[in-house]
Amino acid sequence: MKRRSFIDIFLFLSLTGTIASFLYPLIRYLIPPKKAKVTAKKVVVGKAREIPPNTHKIFKFGEEPAILIKTQEGELLAFSAVCTHLSCSVIYQSEEGIILCPCHNGKFDLSGRVISGPPPSPLRSYKVEISGEEIIVSRT
Amino acid sequence: MRMKKIGRVIYSHLDQRLRLSSLIEMAKKKKVPEHKFSFWYYFGGICLFLFFIQVVTGIMLALYYKPTVDGAYESVKFIMGEVRFGWLIRSFHSWTANILIGTIFIHMFSTFFLKAYRNPRELTWVSGFLLLLIFLAFGFSGYLLPWNELSFFATRVGTDIAGTIPLIGKQLKNFILGGPDVSEFTLQRFFWFHVIVLPLITVFVLGLHILLVQILGMSKPIGLKEKQIKEVPFFPNFILKDSLGWILILSLIGILCVFFPWEIGKKADMFSPTPLGIKPEWYFIFMFTTLKLIPSHVFTIKGEVLAIVGFIFGALLWMLVPYLDRRASREKKSPFFSIAGLIILLYIILITLYTYLHPRL
Amino acid sequence: MKEMKFNKFYFIFLGLMILSLFLLQVTEAEAQNSCLECHRELEDGLRAPVEAFKNDIHQKFGLTCVSCHGGNEKEDDLESAKDSSFKGTPGRKQIPAFCGDCHQDSDYIRKYNPSLRIDQLGLYWTSQHGKLLKKGDIKVAVCIDCHGSHGILEASHPKSLVFPWNLPSMCGRCHSDKEYMREYSIPITQEKDYRESVHARALFEKKDLSAAVCNDCHGNHGAMPPGVSAIAFVCHQCHPSASELFSQSPHKEAFGEMGISECEACHENHRILPPRDEMLGTGEESVCLNCHEQGSKGFEVSSLYRNRIESFKNKIKKMEEILETAERKGVEVSESKFDLREAQNLLVMVRNLTHSLNVDDFEKKINEGEEILSSVQEKGEKALNEAKFRKRGLIIATIFIFLLATAIFLKIKKIEKKIER
Repeated sequence: MKRRSFIDIFLFLSLTGTIASFLYPLIRYLIPPKKAKVTAKKVVVGKAREIPPNTHKIFKFGEEPAILIKTQEGELLAFSAVCTHLSCSVIYQSEEGIILCPCHNGKFDLSGRVISGPPPSPLRSYKVEISGEEIIVSRT
Repeated sequence: MRMKKIGRVIYSHLDQRLRLSSLIEMAKKKKVPEHKFSFWYYFGGICLFLFFIQVVTGIMLALYYKPTVDGAYESVKFIMGEVRFGWLIRSFHSWTANILIGTIFIHMFSTFFLKAYRNPRELTWVSGFLLLLIFLAFGFSGYLLPWNELSFFATRVGTDIAGTIPLIGKQLKNFILGGPDVSEFTLQRFFWFHVIVLPLITVFVLGLHILLVQILGMSKPIGLKEKQIKEVPFFPNFILKDSLGWILILSLIGILCVFFPWEIGKKADMFSPTPLGIKPEWYFIFMFTTLKLIPSHVFTIKGEVLAIVGFIFGALLWMLVPYLDRRASREKKSPFFSIAGLIILLYIILITLYTYLHPRL
Repeated sequence: MKEMKFNKFYFIFLGLMILSLFLLQVTEAEAQNSCLECHRELEDGLRAPVEAFKNDIHQKFGLTCVSCHGGNEKEDDLESAKDSSFKGTPGRKQIPAFCGDCHQDSDYIRKYNPSLRIDQLGLYWTSQHGKLLKKGDIKVAVCIDCHGSHGILEASHPKSLVFPWNLPSMCGRCHSDKEYMREYSIPITQEKDYRESVHARALFEKKDLSAAVCNDCHGNHGAMPPGVSAIAFVCHQCHPSASELFSQSPHKEAFGEMGISECEACHENHRILPPRDEMLGTGEESVCLNCHEQGSKGFEVSSLYRNRIESFKNKIKKMEEILETAERKGVEVSESKFDLREAQNLLVMVRNLTHSLNVDDFEKKINEGEEILSSVQEKGEKALNEAKFRKRGLIIATIFIFLLATAIFLKIKKIEKKIER
C-alpha cells in the first residue's frame, strides 16, 4: 500500500477545488432566472380588463418605450412612444383624446399622424390583439 | 480503508462485464515518443479538449437560445444579462470557437511539416482535413446564430461567394440559405447544421481520426536517429503534461471572458444597407481577401470564379498530399512539400494581416 | 417615251412636296414672337430677359412678354409691335400696381391657379416698404426685388429667392448693407444675428423648412416688425408650450404693464440662441438678474431653479458614467439605460417648466426625475458589483488552476525522476 505523498494530496485537493470552481457556474446557469419576457415581436402588455377606458399605459417594446391607449369607446391602440421630434416619450391626453408630447407640445391624432407642433413625421403604430384575457402588441 | 474495498468491488464487477482489465493493460503499454519536436503532439489533444468545451458550453447555451428571427438576438441578450453566469458560458463558447479553429490550423500545419501524413497515416490526414472543413462549417453556421448586424451581413457576403461557384453555385447557395437570401429559414437551417448535423458527422469523423491515432501510434519525424527519441508511457506521463496544457488554456480563456466578454452587437435589420468594410471571421479572411484582390477578369474568365475554383482545387491537392508526396512515403525528406507548405502558410498569415491593416479594402 | 415623262412628273411633284414641307416646318416651329426675336439680338440688359424668361413660371402658364408689357408680338416692325397697348418698362414706383393688375384680379388668376392668393398688393400697402413707397421712397423693396423680374420661380422652388433658406440673404441684401440703409434708423445686424440663431441652424444645417425665418415673424407682403404685444403670439405659433406656461406666470402681467415684449426680453429677437441653464441662477449670464436684485423673491427663485437643475444634471451625468463603466466591464445594462432616458426626458420638461415660475410644479417634476435616478443608481451599482464579482470569481478560479498546474507539474517531475531511477 503506497503512502499518499504530499504531492498526491496536493494534486487531489487542487483538482477538487478547480472542478468545484467550474461546476459552480455551470449549475447556477441551469437554474432558471426570474425574467420572463424575451422575444421582441410580441409583447404581452397586461390584462384587457385592467386598463380603464380613456387611459394609457407605457410599456417596453424591444429597446424603446411604446404606448397602449384605450379610448373612451374601448378601442385599444398601440404606438411607438418615441416622439419623432427629439425622442421624448409621448403620453395620452385624455381630455382632448389625442397623443401629446409634453416636451414641446407636439400633438398626434389616434392614427399617429401629426396634428400640430414640431414633430416632423407620424408615430409608428403597432398591432394590438387580444388573446383570451391578455393584450398582445406586435409589429405590423 | 473501506473506500478502497468498495472501489475494488465496483471495479471487479465492471471488469467482469466490460473486460476493463484488458483495456487497462493496453493503456499501460501505450507509449509516446519524446524528441525535440514532440511539443507539437500536444496540439491534437488541445483541439479535442477545446471541442469538448464547445460541446458542453453549446449544450448549455441551447437551454436558453431561441433560433428565430424574433428570439435569437433577444435570447442572447438574455443569456448575457439575466442568466446567472450566462455571460461566462456564452463568452467561453465564442472565444473557444476562435481558439479551436486557430489550434486546428496549428495542428494541421505542424503535422504537415513533420510529414506525419505519410504512409501508413494517410487516412488520418484525410479525416483530419475533413475535420477542418467541418469545424469551419461549425464556425460559419454558429456565427449567424446571435443574429446581429455583423453576423447577418458576414453570412450574406459569404454565401454570395459560394453562389459564384460554377455549375452548382446557385443551387448550393439556395440550399445553404433555405431560400434566395438570408432569412428566418437560414437561421433555422444554420441552427440545424450547427447543433444536429455537424455534431453527428463530427462524432464519426473524429471517432475515426482518434481511432487511427490509437491504432497507429504517434508518427516520428523523418531522419531522427534512434538515440534522439525516447519512449515515455502515455499514462501517466504524457496525459499529465496534456492536462497541464489544458488547464492553462482553460485559465486563459476564463481571463479573456472576464475582461473581453463577447459583444452582443446590434440586432440585424434585413432592410438596412450593408455596413462598410464588412468581413467574415478571421479564419476565412485569407480566402475573402484573395477574392477581393484578384482582378475582375483573367483572360476571359471572371476573376472570382477563377479564385474559387482555384481554392477548391487547392483544397483537393492539400487533402491528397499523402498520396502525392512520394518521397515522404519512402521515409525520405521532401523539401519541395515543406517549402510549398511554408509558402501557403506565409501567404495565409500575410494576407490576413494585410486585411486588418487595411480595413477599407 | 411616255414612261419617261411620267417619271419626271412624279420627281418634280415629290420635290415640291418636300420643299413645302420644309418651309412649313420652319414657320411652324416658332409661334411668331417679335419681342423675343428682336431682343435676342440685343446685348446685356436688353437680352437678359429672353434667357431668364425660359425658366419663368408665367411662361409655363403660356403667358408671354405682351401679357405684362402689352404690345403686339406678331408684328415684326418695331413701331407696329410697340402699339398703343405697349406699357414698356415700369418704373419702380409703378411696379406694385404693374404686377397687381393681374395678381389682384380674382377672375383672371382663377383661370390659371384658383388657389393662389390675390391679397398681395393690398398687404404690401400696409407694410413698411409699401408705406414708404407711397411717400416716394423708391429705395424700398418692390415686387421684383424679392421675386425677380423675368426668371420668376414659384415660391416653393428651392432656387427661388423667396424659398425659406434663401430668404435671409435676400432680405439681407438691403438690410445688412450699411451704405444702403444709412438714412434709415433701423439696425443692420438682423441677418448676421439671425445666422447665429438656433432657427438658422435648423434651417441651414438640418434643412428643416418649418424653422422660423424672416417672413414667419414679419409677414411676407405685409412685412412689419411685430409689435411688443404681438411678438408673443408669433413665437406661440411654434412654441405653444412655453408660451402657455409663461401666460400662467406673474411675468405675463408685469411685462405687459411695463411694455416689455415677452419672449424677446430673455431670448432676443433675431439672435435666438439655444437656451442654456446659465440663463437661470445668479451668475453673469443670468437673464433674471436684469430685473431682480439680490435679496428679492425673484433672485431666490432663480437661484433655486438653477441649483436644482444643476444638481439633477450632475446626477444624470454620474449615472451615465456608472452605466458606461459597467458596460465597459462587460455587464449588460441596456435596461438601466432605458430607464435613464426617462430622466433625460424629464430634464427637458423641467427646463420648459421654468417659464411658468410655479415652484411647486417644478419641484414635483424634478422629484419625479430624481426618483428615477435613484432606481437607476441602484441598478447601476448592482452592475458594478457584478463586474467586481466576476473578477473575484476569476481570481479564485485562477488560483485553484494555478495550484493544480503546480501540482501536476510536480507530479510529472516525480514520475520522471522515478523512471530515471
